[in-house]
Amino acid sequence: MFAHAFVRNAYLAGTFIALACGIVGWFVVLRAQLFAGDALTHVAFVGAIAAAVLGYTELVGLFVLTLAVAVGMGALGRHGQADDAAIGIVFAWILGLGVLLLAILATSASGGSGVTLAHTLFGSIYSLTPGGSRLAAGIAVAVALAVLVAVRPLLLATLDGELASARGIPIRALGIGFLAVLAVVTAESTQAVGALLLLGLLAAPAGAAQRLTASPYGGLALSALLAVLAMWGGLALSYQIASLPPSSAIIGLAGAAYGAATLYARAREG
Amino acid sequence: MSTRLSLDPISDLRELFAFPFMVNALEAGTIVAVLAAVVGWYMVLRRQTFAGHTLSVMAFPGAAGAALVGLPTGLGYYVACGGAALFMRRARGSARRSYGTETATIATVQVVGLAAGYLFLSLGNAVLGGTETLLFGTFLGVSRTQVLALLIVAAVAVTLVAVSARPLLLETIDPEAARARGLPVAILDTGFLLVLAAAVAATSQITGALLVFALLVAPAAAAQQLTMRPGIGLVLSVVFALLIVWLGLGIAYFSIYPVGFYVTSIAFALFLAARLVRSIRTRRRAR
Amino acid sequence: MIEPALEETTNPVIELDSATVRLGGRGIFSDVNLTVGPGLLVAVLGPNGAGKTTLMRVILGLVRPEAGTVAVLGRPPAQARPAIGYLPQRRGFDSSTRIRGIDLVRLGLDGARWGVPISITSNARRRRRIETHRIEEVIELVGARAYAHRAIGELSGGEQQRLLIAQALVRKPRLLILDEPLDSLDLPNQAAVTALLRRICTTQNVTVLLVAHDVNPLLGYLDQVIYMAGGRAMSGPVERVINSSTLSELYGAPIEVLRTTDGRVVVVGQPEAPHVHGHRHELVS
Repeated sequence: MFAHAFVRNAYLAGTFIALACGIVGWFVVLRAQLFAGDALTHVAFVGAIAAAVLGYTELVGLFVLTLAVAVGMGALGRHGQADDAAIGIVFAWILGLGVLLLAILATSASGGSGVTLAHTLFGSIYSLTPGGSRLAAGIAVAVALAVLVAVRPLLLATLDGELASARGIPIRALGIGFLAVLAVVTAESTQAVGALLLLGLLAAPAGAAQRLTASPYGGLALSALLAVLAMWGGLALSYQIASLPPSSAIIGLAGAAYGAATLYARAREG
Repeated sequence: MSTRLSLDPISDLRELFAFPFMVNALEAGTIVAVLAAVVGWYMVLRRQTFAGHTLSVMAFPGAAGAALVGLPTGLGYYVACGGAALFMRRARGSARRSYGTETATIATVQVVGLAAGYLFLSLGNAVLGGTETLLFGTFLGVSRTQVLALLIVAAVAVTLVAVSARPLLLETIDPEAARARGLPVAILDTGFLLVLAAAVAATSQITGALLVFALLVAPAAAAQQLTMRPGIGLVLSVVFALLIVWLGLGIAYFSIYPVGFYVTSIAFALFLAARLVRSIRTRRRAR
Repeated sequence: MIEPALEETTNPVIELDSATVRLGGRGIFSDVNLTVGPGLLVAVLGPNGAGKTTLMRVILGLVRPEAGTVAVLGRPPAQARPAIGYLPQRRGFDSSTRIRGIDLVRLGLDGARWGVPISITSNARRRRRIETHRIEEVIELVGARAYAHRAIGELSGGEQQRLLIAQALVRKPRLLILDEPLDSLDLPNQAAVTALLRRICTTQNVTVLLVAHDVNPLLGYLDQVIYMAGGRAMSGPVERVINSSTLSELYGAPIEVLRTTDGRVVVVGQPEAPHVHGHRHELVS
């Protein structure tokens, strides 16, 4: 299997992307910011399409737009209640924009918009170039390190904001910074798993880890481990079974892990 | 669709109605608009929009899976959404609100559903066009049978809601009082989720699984910005939904751009306008 | 006219005779005798876990006694349900709930009515007019006219409570049961709501039974107290029940009832989990 370059590239990028998702995702679930994550994935989708339309490489548009929205969300602070209805309408509109851009792409470029759509939505990890996969891995490692470096302040800020500010931790800047990190992970993982599914890599391993252990460091490690295992397993499975798309396999395993963790936790309590 | 908009309303309308597919689309759109507006009004009040979103996502694997095994896609929609509704009900017990830790579960369910849908599509080798249609809707492919099926589903669902209008409202805003009055709270809860699943499955066939919110949430949310009175709110919700569908379909006919974009943009604009009106009113009242 | 569900009566509204109740194998209370007449304001007091809520549920017909009898308005409790207004203990409404107080009260009238809510026939329209009149009447009664048209989520705890009382009263019940209605209210609101309940008792000839964990806001308004402790209950006027000897006999342990200089009551010495009538700091000073 590893004789093929595309497989090696996929594993290289995938491993570190999964690692970053596992770590960042653990905090996203703890901070109950899955909605923000969901929104950012939709933005990532539009960003990628917009970049393709405007002719930049996908990556640039992706990162720029997603980062901008993330920082904007953070800066506007927690405005009022979590108004699900408004979030839902905005989601739909952003996706609608994406569809429009896709149509523009179809008419302007030399076709292949269907491919772009599928790839942006569902990932195309086997189409990574060696350079691309190294870049992805590098970004992911940087993200993971960024979170790990800030792990204690971030944890305190999440669990007890007032105490954190009393200790001199800039919780607002930290919050915005975290959303920015989330944006980077989101933008990046879109290539591997696709905009629609990367929420799963953020939510499922982290959710499973939090069901299994209340310890923060144990949880972080477990979350990262589960994400990486899901990635490896998914890639291997989809390599063996030609008709199984890699992203489906990866998310399927991650979801199964979450389901198993939930059942186990319930059995343990009950 | 790239026919010219001749700016003469009568002839434009006549053109719209000339083609059977367009008539089907408008009919289907109207039926779905009414259904989504009514069910959506309650859904927004019950703060179940995230559940609604997840159910709509389930439409995607449902339709794709049905196509894969050779069943009619319509059936796939309803079965998948209905099944997901029951599963969510069981998984969450009697708690209606699903914030915090439960969002991880719902997010996972949603994503696994999408992954499964993509898998089914790939297996069926209908990858590209299929994806777009299922996710973002199309109005080109609405058949006569589909319109009829939608009509039946919508009629049943709307009737159920109409007949339980007051008990459902009481259970929504004050489950304690509902229980005290002897209302079957659990049945109302589950029943509504199933009706929501049906509404979502129906709406997805027009707007696609991802854009359902344009019809399910926007009209209701806009109406609730403008009025708190249940009766008027429901009527307004229906009016808004019809507006969105007719304008969206109408404009999309004359444009090369997809209907999903127009529907969501009009919906969003409508909601913003309603929000604006409300804040103007509040500010004026405060003076 | 909105007719009350059951005719007026001077018979006892509630009558328990040697009632014994067990739940899940555990004895809640036994051999309870009490009588409550019409138009009275009655408080049900006692430490947590004494069975106050259970007593309410017995009166509502949700729990059957193992021994003894229970009669509400001269009938088995289940039959009297239509004539009882019930306000369960609940937290406030979510602040973004977009429904008006007046709609909430209307739902008290027709919330359990199945069927399409459109009045077409002239009979239906007349009925709707009568109902609207009754709703406005009861909102006026609780003093909520100024804010009944605002979103209920925006209102304060006291205002929400008044509207909930209106909702319970709209069908002209003979008996109103409230479970810890003063729980989440500040002191001024507690006094205002208690005064309102007193007014309702007297002017509408409704018996009001309320569960409370602190008798002090209610002093001066109560006609009768039902004190539950140690698996038993004592019923009677405030002075006769809330005194050292009666409570000591009830608890089976030495209890002292103290009166502070401003008339507040403090109960000392309960064997239960720390739960003292009156404020802790007053006890210390």
